[in-house]
Amino acid sequence: MNRFRRTLLIAVPYLWLLLFFLAPFIIVVKISLSDTAIAQPPYVPVFDPALGWAGLKDFLSALDLESYVWLTQDSLYINAFLESLKIALISTSLCLLVAFPLALGIARTSPKRRPVLLMMVILPFWTSFLIRVYAWIGILRSEGFLNQFLQWTGVISEPLAIINTPVAVYVGIVYSYLPFMVLPIYATLEKMDGSLLEAAIDLGCSRTSAFWRITLPLAAPGIIAGCFLVFIPAMGEFVIPDLLGGTGTLMMGKTLWSEFFSNRDWPVASAVAIVLLLFLVVPIVAFQRMLERQQEAAR
Amino acid sequence: MNQQAQVSDRQPGPAARPSGGPTKVFAPWTEADAKPLVEFVDVRKVFGDFTAVNGVSLKIYPREFFALLGPSGCGKTTLLRMLAGFETPTSGKILLDGQDISGIPANRRPINMMFQSYALFPHLSVAANIAFGLKRSALPRQEIAGRTEEMLQLVQMTQFAHRKPHQLSGGQRQRVALARALAKNPKLLLLDEPLGALDAKLREQTQFELMNIQEKLGTTFVIVTHDQEEAMTVSSRIGLMSHGSLAQVATPPQIYENPVSRFVADFIGDVNIIEGKSGGVIARDGEEFVEFHRPGDESVFVARASEPVAPQTDCCLAVRPEKIAVTREKPADAANALTGHVHDIAYVGNLSTYHVRLADGSIVKAQEANRRRIANREITWEDEVWLSWTPGAGVVLAR
Ligand SMILES: Nc1ncnc2c1ncn2[C@@H]1O[C@H](COP(=O)(O)OP(=O)(O)OP(=O)(O)O)[C@@H](O)[C@H]1O
Ligand SMILES: [Mg+2]
Repeated sequence: MNRFRRTLLIAVPYLWLLLFFLAPFIIVVKISLSDTAIAQPPYVPVFDPALGWAGLKDFLSALDLESYVWLTQDSLYINAFLESLKIALISTSLCLLVAFPLALGIARTSPKRRPVLLMMVILPFWTSFLIRVYAWIGILRSEGFLNQFLQWTGVISEPLAIINTPVAVYVGIVYSYLPFMVLPIYATLEKMDGSLLEAAIDLGCSRTSAFWRITLPLAAPGIIAGCFLVFIPAMGEFVIPDLLGGTGTLMMGKTLWSEFFSNRDWPVASAVAIVLLLFLVVPIVAFQRMLERQQEAAR
Repeated sequence: MNQQAQVSDRQPGPAARPSGGPTKVFAPWTEADAKPLVEFVDVRKVFGDFTAVNGVSLKIYPREFFALLGPSGCGKTTLLRMLAGFETPTSGKILLDGQDISGIPANRRPINMMFQSYALFPHLSVAANIAFGLKRSALPRQEIAGRTEEMLQLVQMTQFAHRKPHQLSGGQRQRVALARALAKNPKLLLLDEPLGALDAKLREQTQFELMNIQEKLGTTFVIVTHDQEEAMTVSSRIGLMSHGSLAQVATPPQIYENPVSRFVADFIGDVNIIEGKSGGVIARDGEEFVEFHRPGDESVFVARASEPVAPQTDCCLAVRPEKIAVTREKPADAANALTGHVHDIAYVGNLSTYHVRLADGSIVKAQEANRRRIANREITWEDEVWLSWTPGAGVVLAR
């Protein structure tokens, strides 16, 4: 009885994963191995259990890697992939540069004021992501708030072209994912015993060298976690490059969208999705490993 | 450290015996020409509107093991942190070797500190922790390695050199912290409650290790503690603090036998405080004593005075429980005697403490060693008993 209950308890999350992660994943893999067709759904073959064993055989033999081959033949996909990689790396670095001082600042203020500051970091999450990205259009476009302000102060005479450039995409990603970088870094810094820095200074460090030798290495787990949390979604980001980056910015997410909705080429779109996933599995697994190691060290 | 090493180390301690000459007691504070290593001159520290340290003047001599003792929040840590350079005095100055160190930042003072939490760097190994301070100096690499090895041996942590702090026990961490603070061979080592996190057994053992290491190296130690037994065990002198100022600075026997105030008498060990008025000064056997009267009691008590007390001042008589004898009959020639009823007997194996209620309702404690089995004890609850003590046993305190 007890064993049965335990099995049931473990089975529930597994069933959940099976139903909502593995099943859709297998469907996407299957579509990526199919061929496009003008039909409903827009690909062949379609599995029909009524045809029995022979039907399954025919079905399997109709699957091929054509879509994946296609990805390597058109430079569009490679370019989109490299562009995504570049944008994700640059925006992760920018995010780190902005988030670290922020997290350090919050961790160093008095414990009474910290909740308010943390609240301000999290607060934007309370409004829709889409609305916030639209708001940036209002700020960045040529007659937007930023240009008007800069022209009013006389810093520039002509409006800056920011919207529909990669710069706007960086701004959008850094803004949207900043909390994912700030929070893990803050968590490691906040745990840090203040007497460690005093001990370093007592042993002859200057304040700057104490920062490099103590604060930074101890914040490393938070920094790595934050980088993963920003890099992984940024790689597949669609909304931000679409709304802020204009037509010139080709990222994987956007390519995927146009394959699905404009070209109605579901197999190639699925292949793009699978390749992106395989590429991201490496950092995700590395991230999991790191978390495990951290938990061991903490024990 | 094994017992053998402890014994052999303690005998020829460099602090106790300066080279050549006859054996001399280590007491530089009694010598007029001794130069202090550290001198506090009327140091005050104010946080906002709170005075944490209030006019401390103190001299600490080379090779001393000085204990700062006091209740929680009395300013011990603040005093230590000013010495280390983490806080600046609001007024007054601190001299090291006769030089004002107010302008020298913490990282350039020849002073190292062992933190209460140990503050070991969690991402560095034991050896790297110990070498941390050495690497910040201009020493050649070879020398750093040698010195690190030496320190590992001193605290017997050689086989744990490559472990990380989280893989060590509390006692081992404490030793690494000590080795790290000593590695740069500081003129002065500050220890803020270094044994606070250890259990009683380990604590006692570690106290002796600390004393051995201090004697071996001859470094001046200033230790903060709120455990009076620990302070009595390890230190050459104790500075007892109360509300930001020093209540008394003296050697452990002096502070126990000759407290200067009620606070000191009460803080160090167990004491009976009997209220009353002082009388005249009398001489007995070539020593000076003070007479003492209890209200509503015509008998005269005789006790020492650690400071002169004018006649007819309100004061108290402080007597340690272990100096009071308990008898059924009135002792014939006792200098001080009181009678009462046994209210309670606290038995702790080797000792019994008799709580005796006097006629006015106050309780006086008397402690006796249990030389006989408890069944043979002749005094029991509600018995009428006499308490007596010698003139030298009590101290009259005006403060
Ligand atoms: N940075 C600070 N700001 C304000 N008040 C402080 C500060 N540091 C210490 N204090 C106050 O100064 C007083 C003395 O503190 P200190 O840490 O020196 O006490 P302590 O004798 O070491 O006590 P404990 O035995 O509990 O460690 C305390 O009342 C404390 O609240
Ligand atoms: Mg303290």
